[in-house]
Amino acid sequence: MAKVIKDVGCPYCGACCDDVEVTVSDDGKKILEVANVCAIGAEIFKHASREDRVKLPRMRQPDGTYKDVSYTEAIDFTAKMLVKAKKPLIFGFGSTNCEAMSSAAKVAEKAGAVLDNCASICHGSSFLAMFDNGYPSCTLGETKNRADVVVYWGSNPAHAHPRHMSRYAMFPRGFFTGKGVMGRKVITVDPRFTDTARVSDIHLQVKQGHDYELFNAFRMVVRGFEADIPDVVAGIKKEQILEVAEIMKNARFGTIFYGMGLCHSDGRNHNVDEAISLTRDLNETTKWTIMAMRGHYNITGPGAVWSWQFGFPYCLDLTKKNMAHMNPGETSSIDLAMRDEIDAFINIGTDAGAHFPIEAVKHIKKHPMVTIDPNICMASEISDLHIPVGIVGVEVAGIVYRMDNVPIQYRKVIDPPEGVISDEELFERIYQRMCELEA
Amino acid sequence: MAEYLIKNGHVFDPILGIKGEVHNIAIRDGKFVEPSALTSSAKTIDASGKTVMAGGVDIHSHVVGPKVNVGRLFRPEDKLFKSPLRQPKNARMEMGFSVPSTFKTGYDYSRMGYCFVNEAAMPPLHSPHVHEEIRDTPLIDNTAMPVLGNNWFMLEYLKNGEIENNAAYTAWLLHATKGFAIKVVNPGGTEAWGWGLNCVTINDPVPHFNITPAEIIKGLIETNEYLRLPHSIHLHGNNIGNPGNYTDTIDTLKLAEGYSPNCDFGRDQVIHNTHLQFHSYGGDSWLNFESKAKEIMEYVNRQKNLTFDLGVVTLDETTTMTADGPFEHHLQSLNHLKWANVDVELETAAGIVPYVYGKDVKVCNIQWAIGLELALFCNDPMRSHITTDHPNAGPFIRYPRIIKWLMSKASRDELLHSFKWSEKVIGATNIESIDREMSLYEIAMMTRAGTAKALGLSHMYGSFTEGLAGNVAIYDLDPENMPSDPEMIEKAFGRAAYTLKDGVIVVKDGDIVGDTPKSTIWVNVKVPENKQVARDVSEKFLRYYSVNKDNYSLFEEHLHNPKVIEVDITA
Repeated sequence: MAKVIKDVGCPYCGACCDDVEVTVSDDGKKILEVANVCAIGAEIFKHASREDRVKLPRMRQPDGTYKDVSYTEAIDFTAKMLVKAKKPLIFGFGSTNCEAMSSAAKVAEKAGAVLDNCASICHGSSFLAMFDNGYPSCTLGETKNRADVVVYWGSNPAHAHPRHMSRYAMFPRGFFTGKGVMGRKVITVDPRFTDTARVSDIHLQVKQGHDYELFNAFRMVVRGFEADIPDVVAGIKKEQILEVAEIMKNARFGTIFYGMGLCHSDGRNHNVDEAISLTRDLNETTKWTIMAMRGHYNITGPGAVWSWQFGFPYCLDLTKKNMAHMNPGETSSIDLAMRDEIDAFINIGTDAGAHFPIEAVKHIKKHPMVTIDPNICMASEISDLHIPVGIVGVEVAGIVYRMDNVPIQYRKVIDPPEGVISDEELFERIYQRMCELEA
Repeated sequence: MAEYLIKNGHVFDPILGIKGEVHNIAIRDGKFVEPSALTSSAKTIDASGKTVMAGGVDIHSHVVGPKVNVGRLFRPEDKLFKSPLRQPKNARMEMGFSVPSTFKTGYDYSRMGYCFVNEAAMPPLHSPHVHEEIRDTPLIDNTAMPVLGNNWFMLEYLKNGEIENNAAYTAWLLHATKGFAIKVVNPGGTEAWGWGLNCVTINDPVPHFNITPAEIIKGLIETNEYLRLPHSIHLHGNNIGNPGNYTDTIDTLKLAEGYSPNCDFGRDQVIHNTHLQFHSYGGDSWLNFESKAKEIMEYVNRQKNLTFDLGVVTLDETTTMTADGPFEHHLQSLNHLKWANVDVELETAAGIVPYVYGKDVKVCNIQWAIGLELALFCNDPMRSHITTDHPNAGPFIRYPRIIKWLMSKASRDELLHSFKWSEKVIGATNIESIDREMSLYEIAMMTRAGTAKALGLSHMYGSFTEGLAGNVAIYDLDPENMPSDPEMIEKAFGRAAYTLKDGVIVVKDGDIVGDTPKSTIWVNVKVPENKQVARDVSEKFLRYYSVNKDNYSLFEEHLHNPKVIEVDITA
């Protein structure tokens, strides 16, 4: 009898759907079916059962080919690399569990490494805005139960967080929102006519890179200075700005969900800062919240774990070994790599090969590089060592943090390929080996 | 496991009535024993000329969990130039000042001779996060109190007067979150904050739910005593932090009249009113703001079923954080600093705002005085506990300074007269006229014996009674020859000569020297089967929560070194 496992968390995006149902084979080794999951999530579950999974660490040979080696050898190589390096960088973590982040932090502290996560090239600008202006937010269930107005700004959940609209923000019926989508106004602000914009009540086609001005216009209206606004701001007509501002002011409860369109267009953290200021202004008269549409299913995790361990969410320079230091621009991964300050690199739970600028990758490649990932990716193909690990959320259980900082306990549905270990165990063993080497 | 004989120290144990007489303390297998039970391998610690107390017990401190962590995350400046360099024997780095990292939290408490901290607020939805941080907080045992004063289940049950159903739900929640006690924050007001509103008196109805804070508080007292929980309800009342709120506070405390504790854990109270300082304000604006500590304590001294902790303002730059969402919003409109807020579905909310309690700000000085006055006016220190509502009124590392102020009028007066507006402060407070100086025996009541008793944990902590956890703090203070300089009191309580946790030396001469596992303590109440509540829980998860029911309850693998307190009300 095939077995159905319920309440499974999905290891794809920051919406962290936890209602997935997975049908596994009699022997518990293969995934046969997945339900309640988007197309992308389904692929991740199915991927686990592929025949061509990497089952042993692979070490680069002088002729450029990869050769299978034991975990012991791979751990020894990594530990020696960390002990020898002056400024190793451990980067990634968007796609693993918090237990692994905690173990990796212990390794990084011992190695005197720089510890960074994908926020560095993603929502790091949101952190900068939070440092300056705070973060009036809520859990996703609050939006579901209370919100009569929702704004998607510079984010496109229809593609990036496929079930976000149906589970939390646009369609669901909640306690005070019994009419579901019929009782909710959805406003999308995006230079493109996205699929999210297509299903929204209002689409504001902001001029690309001019979000800051549009926020400013809304703030002026909310604060009673609508007379001073020009006829067109950031490509949006004044009457439409007034109309949307009126909707915002009259909302009983609103949430702004923003994405990369704010974080990585001109203005970056200043855009987010202004979005937060608008939220604060609206809270003078009604209730508004704001939330970053975090990308990977546990990219919120490292920001949480390292904040309680070191007080900083990302860009942690631990090289002094007696205190942590954070200064994005100085201690951020890309900047360090571009200045060629990194003399060893571990890529874990992400693909720096695909996401870093080529100049940064070229500098990193001059030094030893290890990729820790269940699958073959661009980073694994240019590394000196690729260590396969179990897929968190499929083969490994653990805690992940949803985009609203709610911890979700992920389950294991099948065993990893025989002999393959978890990220957490791997880092614990690297730590042990470093202790032996330094003894 | 090593055995220890702590010899010739001046022992202070209010439970055993030992008032500084020289006694020997023996520890075997991590617990206190009679000295005669030690074997010849026992090691000796010479405590002659020193003060010996049981390990400290903190009744109210925000040390782990989501809002604490937002406080860490969004304040990088709290680390800058304020983090000590890692000491050689520490396992990990120590970062932060007002909201320290988990490691620094454990080390700092341990250096002060504390071995137990009650986390003041756990949003139930976030319990896995709380337990993850507990795992990473070394050397101190923890409990965590789920926040219940604005929970939708509770609002509906109590609205209908269904105490049994509310109790069954509460028992389910304590089990699901591995929680310890019922925490109530701004009852009704935080739910109102879901719409940007508040309940500022105990008679303001909660929007939609149409129940008053008074009804919530009485219902929760009844629930608590029905469940026979170790601790009473742990209350942060309505209208915190506003001039003139002392009348609301007395109205709130009066709700306890007629109730008496019903449990087997030895507490005498039915309400623990936390950080009472923030609730003892007179005047009707910040201009005529004044202390009403005397009026509050006149009432509290007469009632035997109340305990409280102080929440002393320490005049530091700190980070305020509370489940009282509307209050934090109010605060950011006063100081215009950055503001974080987290509304938690069906349950609670939280706000976080940095705050500078300036030494030259009259209101802050008056707040400082009120916190101390509450302790100095209290005629039973077993019911009055030292806290700073960490980190709200100041960081917990200031406890030694508060002890100094309580023990030395000279140190209080020196500070009072150094204030820029000292005459105005004196005019608005009673502190200058109070001569009382508290004794080491009273300090032991306020920091371990009384707190352990109020928590219902006196069978585990707070005394040298045989069988209790071998937690000891030895301070470099000779009661027979107390230093003339009050600064030496602060120094001694800040850096214990020794701290032993479960019979292991973890601090020596103020430095971390050892490690030992810590525990998570939670309460499991067996209640009669209740099908209606089981159905209500399933339905609310199906329709309103954003997580599934079976993912909400803490998985066993995420609970670390548990110690469960079993209560059976079906027997």
